Formats: sequence, structure tokens, C-alpha cells
Amino acid sequence: MSQTFIIDGKTVPFEEGQTIIQAATKAGVFIPHLCYHPDFKPHGSCKLCTVKVNGRQTASCTMRAMAGMVVESDTEEINAERRALTQMLFVEGNHFCPSCEQSGNCQLQATAYHLGMMSPHYDHFFPNRPVDASHPEVLLDFNRCILCSLCVRASRDVDGKNVFALSGRGITTHLIVNAKSGQLADTNFTLDDKAAHVCPVGVILRKRKGFAVPIGERTYDKQPISGTVDAVTEGH
Amino acid sequence: MTYNLETAEHPEKLRRVAIDPVSRVEGHGKVTILLDDQNKVHQVRLHIVEFRGFEKFIQGRPYWEVPVMVQRLCGICPVSHHLAASKALDVIVGAKRLTPAAEKLRRLMHYGQMLQSHALHFFHLCSPDLLFGFDSDITKRNIVGVAAAHPEIAKRGVLLRKFGQEVIRVTAGKRVHGTGAVPGGMNKSLTIAERDELLKDIYHIVSWSRDAVHLIQKVHIQDPGLYNSFGIFRSNFMSIVGHNGDLDFYHGTLRARDDNGKLIFDDVDYQQYDKYIEEEVRPWSYMKFPFFKSLGREHGWYKVGPLARVQNCDQISTPFAEHERKEFVDYAGGSPMHAPLAYHWTRMIEMLHAAEVIKDLLHDDDLLSDDLMVEGERKMEGVGVIEAPRGTLFHHYRVDENDLITMANLIVSTTNNNQAMNEAVRHVARRYLHGREVTEGLLNHIEVAIRAFDPCLSCATHALGKMPLAVELVDPEGNVVHSLSRS
Repeated sequence: MSQTFIIDGKTVPFEEGQTIIQAATKAGVFIPHLCYHPDFKPHGSCKLCTVKVNGRQTASCTMRAMAGMVVESDTEEINAERRALTQMLFVEGNHFCPSCEQSGNCQLQATAYHLGMMSPHYDHFFPNRPVDASHPEVLLDFNRCILCSLCVRASRDVDGKNVFALSGRGITTHLIVNAKSGQLADTNFTLDDKAAHVCPVGVILRKRKGFAVPIGERTYDKQPISGTVDAVTEGH
Repeated sequence: MTYNLETAEHPEKLRRVAIDPVSRVEGHGKVTILLDDQNKVHQVRLHIVEFRGFEKFIQGRPYWEVPVMVQRLCGICPVSHHLAASKALDVIVGAKRLTPAAEKLRRLMHYGQMLQSHALHFFHLCSPDLLFGFDSDITKRNIVGVAAAHPEIAKRGVLLRKFGQEVIRVTAGKRVHGTGAVPGGMNKSLTIAERDELLKDIYHIVSWSRDAVHLIQKVHIQDPGLYNSFGIFRSNFMSIVGHNGDLDFYHGTLRARDDNGKLIFDDVDYQQYDKYIEEEVRPWSYMKFPFFKSLGREHGWYKVGPLARVQNCDQISTPFAEHERKEFVDYAGGSPMHAPLAYHWTRMIEMLHAAEVIKDLLHDDDLLSDDLMVEGERKMEGVGVIEAPRGTLFHHYRVDENDLITMANLIVSTTNNNQAMNEAVRHVARRYLHGREVTEGLLNHIEVAIRAFDPCLSCATHALGKMPLAVELVDPEGNVVHSLSRS
């Protein structure tokens, strides 16, 4: 018989070694997240999956579930903090949803809707981030990078290529391509790489396919992100 | 064809009256009028006060993003920009000919837009002037006043527009700013349910559109003294015309005529538009002034839009609209009509044509096909032209080998009408304001002339980095103390 913990009043079973978010997802309880992906080692950096365990805040993607834990997640206080984090992510980059080809398929946008984000609230940084269109099949639009490092982990841990890395510190942290020129065309990156399919926003894009899926049939047109627990598990 | 009243000789001695903003048009514009002590008019200018920048900020973006991004120029006819950009990018991806399904779906989307935009303009924006009078009670001179006095007319206006918006929704995914067209085709076809839903109402829509033509025809004919002369000026005119010279809003070749209706050029492939049209910048406006190169700046300006299109084509392919076109041509007496208020009559003929085309398309099973995309040899440059509700719209792009936009030039419908609108307001100012006490009703006459063109002032101010800017510091006596300019 598996052990259990309580999240927002609901009893959730877990297996030894599972994190809170893993157990909650399996039980159909959605915890907002951006840098977490079930196929990869947790990174714990976006902090969107923060929950309160026995009254103390912790990232649910890194915290292992333990019997008898009392976890708070979907509360007004925690969601307000998640909303503020999401707003910061929006203003740090250049996220123009109206003309973004990932609109409707974007985890950041869907999370903002889920959290009831009505405006960016903070002043925009409007950073200057040129796109990298050098690769024949893939476009990199750094304007939308939220530094989740999923592409870094996928390229390193699954593809064995180390195409991407995070460089710089603090507010100047940014995604780079591991090539002397800094250009994706000068790496051995291909469209078949796992890293080409893990971006939760609109940075790593297959060229010439934007807007091929009509409005109404995009991922989050069909159901809100809180209802796509299975889709996320399969690797959005 | 002169620039009379564009610039006063001694502006420092004159009194300035401004209509700011011009109301019941899309976007923001203002009119300034300089008057002397006897209220004589010395200068009239239609200014566009917005500053957009689309041509600049789409540079460096991937080309497939452009049709969705540029449509944000406008909230009334975004479909025009969406489709003109898509047509230009069809050239880039080597889609010489779309699949029948894709072309018909785009046409359906566009004609839906013509219907909704023309209905919006006529019923919501202009009918208060036409039904109540230009200097009628200002508190009632709006769509709410129309709804109170003529509820059936107002209701039809709302429902006509709603139907057009529904056509856009089923083809583009949203009523405003959808994504239907992609370079090389479309991303969706119609479901049987979507088609049947539109079929339920289309016969009413055609019938109401006919009634709208008859309404404006009656209003026009009842007062020829006003409607045939208000704001009148003679000019060249231009549009695209379709196969066999048919009226066509989606595709065709460029045709231009002089003020007597004589051809200036015809059957011009619009990929070559820049060999025929040039744009002039003037220091007092953010909107450029296009003209035919062959006739030069002074004589080469022209008008576009419904009045140009209906008189430029040889015939209309749908029976009811063709009947109405003939009535209009007969009334004009064999030579082109130049009266700005005749725009309304021709606009309603076009709305009727759009409704008839939608009806025919809805009976075409190609709309249900999933054969939606083609591609071919990649090109580096493409031009897309479409007849938007307000007139001919040009989108011109260059794309580099990495698929990023390197150059964009947009000539929007309202820009094409820039000189024409200025001429109309100057004529009205001379005729109605000159030497008289300025009242709200008289100033509305100026706005009536502008509204006839259905200008979209936000679309018309898309450029950045190309407009010359002039800043002048003027002392209380009107003397220029200091000036700065960038050209």
C-alpha cells in the first residue's frame, strides 16, 4: 500500500522517491510550472511550482513527497506570487502574443491565463535580442526565452550534444549556442533532437510552419493548461 | 489638379481653427484651417497625427509571421493586411497558383470583410449625416440617434456587419485578427456546420444589401444639388480589375484612368507597381502622397476605393450588383462621377456584390476541401495587392536567405487617397466656410467630406524612419524663431 500526503485537502498517493509535483500530476492535481518537465531532472529555477509544505515554501518539483505532508498549492496567496513571477517573465523578454506563432501552444501564455494575469504590471525591459535564423530548419527567437534550461538539459542529457547553455549571471543571464560563431548553423543540432521539441515558449521553432494550426485547434484552445496534465506528461 | 489652399502665404496673421480629432473615422486625424479676420479661408490641411512604425519593426522577423503581425495595423479591416501580406509571401514561397480551395476560402474571408466594413462605414459612421443632415442636432447625429429614429435601418446595419464578422470568424478563426491565411495557402477549410450556419442567413443579407443600395440611391437622387457637387474635385483614379475587367476585390491587374475616364495604364502586373507609382513626402504630414510617375507630382495623384473601382471595371459578375452599377453609370451620364458623396452609393453597390459572391461561394464544395497548401521555387522578393474596403493596398517585401524580412513597403488605401481627401476638404472649406462665422455644423461639413472616403488613419501612418519631421518654434506674432528638420 502506497503512502499518501494531502494537497489542498485532497489525499494523494505517492511512491518512494517521487516529488510533490510528480505525485500531484499523477493524481490529476495541476501545479503551475514552466522549467519542470517529467522527462528531465528538476531544475527548480522558475519557482512557479512553489507550494507551502507544512507552512513553509518550497519548489514542488524538487521536494520529495513524504507521508503526512500537508501541502497548500491553489491558494490566493500562492497564486498571487506565481502571477507576479509570471509578470516578471513577461516584462524581462519581448513577448508579443498577438503575432507570436506559439500563441495558443505556449505554456507561459497559458499559465498567465490560468493565473488570471490581466496586465504585465511591471515596466517592460524591452531587451535587444536578435534572432538566430542561421539554421536551415530551425529559428531561435531569444526574445521569448524564460531561461527554463529545458533545451540545455535535453541537448546535454538526451541528445548528447551540448548545443545550448545559460551564460552570464543574475539579470544578465541569457541563452547561448555552443559554437565559436554563436550561430546554430555551426552546431550539429537537427530537427530530430529532443531539444528541438521541449521549449515551453516560442524560442526554438521549426521554420516555415508558423500558424499552420488554426485557431480553435491549438493545444490550449481545446482545454486550459490546468486540464492538460497528461499532455504535459507526454512532453509539451 | 492644383495644391491651392495647401499653404497660406502669411500664416502668421491668420486665426487657426482645428477639428481635432476628426470623428467617426478609424484612427486619429485632425484638420487645421487658417482664417483671416473676415473668416476667409487661406489654408486647409488634413493631418495624420499618429506614428506607427510597422515597416521598420517587421524587419528582421521571419516572413511567416508577417501576415499575422501586420494586420494589427487596423481593427476594422485587418483581413486586408492579412491577405495582402499573404499574397506577397505566396510569391516568396513560390506558390504561383493557390489550390482552388485556398483561393476560394481567402476570397470568402475577404468578401466577408468588405461586407462588414462597408456596413460599418455606411450605417454606423455615415448614416447619421445622410439621414439627419450635416448640421443637424449634434446630440442625435450618431448611430444611437439613427436607432431611435430609424430602428429598422440601424438593426440591419448591425446585423449586416455581424454576418460579415461571422464569415471572417469561420475562415480566420477569430472575428478580428485571426490567422487563416498562411504563405502558400490557408490553415483551415470550412466544416459543413459552419457553412450551413452562414447559408441560413445569406439570403436576408443579399436582400438587405439591395435595400441599402436603394436607400442611398434615393437619398442621392433626391438632392442632386448637394450630392453631385459637395466637395467635388476631378482626379485620376485607380484600382485592380479582375479577369475580363470584372470588379474584383481579391486579385487582378492594375488599371488607371484620367478624370475623363481615358485609360492611363491597364493590365499592369502589380509586381511592377513601383515602375508606375511613386510616393512623395511633405513636411507637414506623416502620411505620404503617392502619384503616377508618368504624370508627375502635380498631375499624377489619384483616388481609390469604391467610387474608383465601380467606375474602373467593365462589369460586375453578379446580377444584382451589375444592375445597380448600370443604374449608377446611367445616372453619371456617360462620364466618370467625381463627387465624393457618390462614394456612399458605390460602396453600397460593392456591399451588395460582396453579399452575392459570398452566397455563390457558400454553394461551392471546394470550401470544404482540405487541399489547402502549395509551394514552389523560393524567391527573395514579392508584392501582394488587394482591393481593401478603402481602396488599393500594396504590400511589398524582401526576404533574405535565412527567411528574415529585410525590407517592407506598404502603400495603404488611405495613403492613396491622401491628396484626394485634402482636395475635398479644401473645396468644402471654400464653399461653406469662406467668409462665414464658423459653427460646429459647418465644421461637420468638412468631416462629412473626409468620411466619404472612409479613411483609415491608423493604417495610413505605418512608416517609420522615412518621414521627414519638421519642428518649428513660433513666437506669439507667428514669426519662426527656430526650426529643426530631419529628411
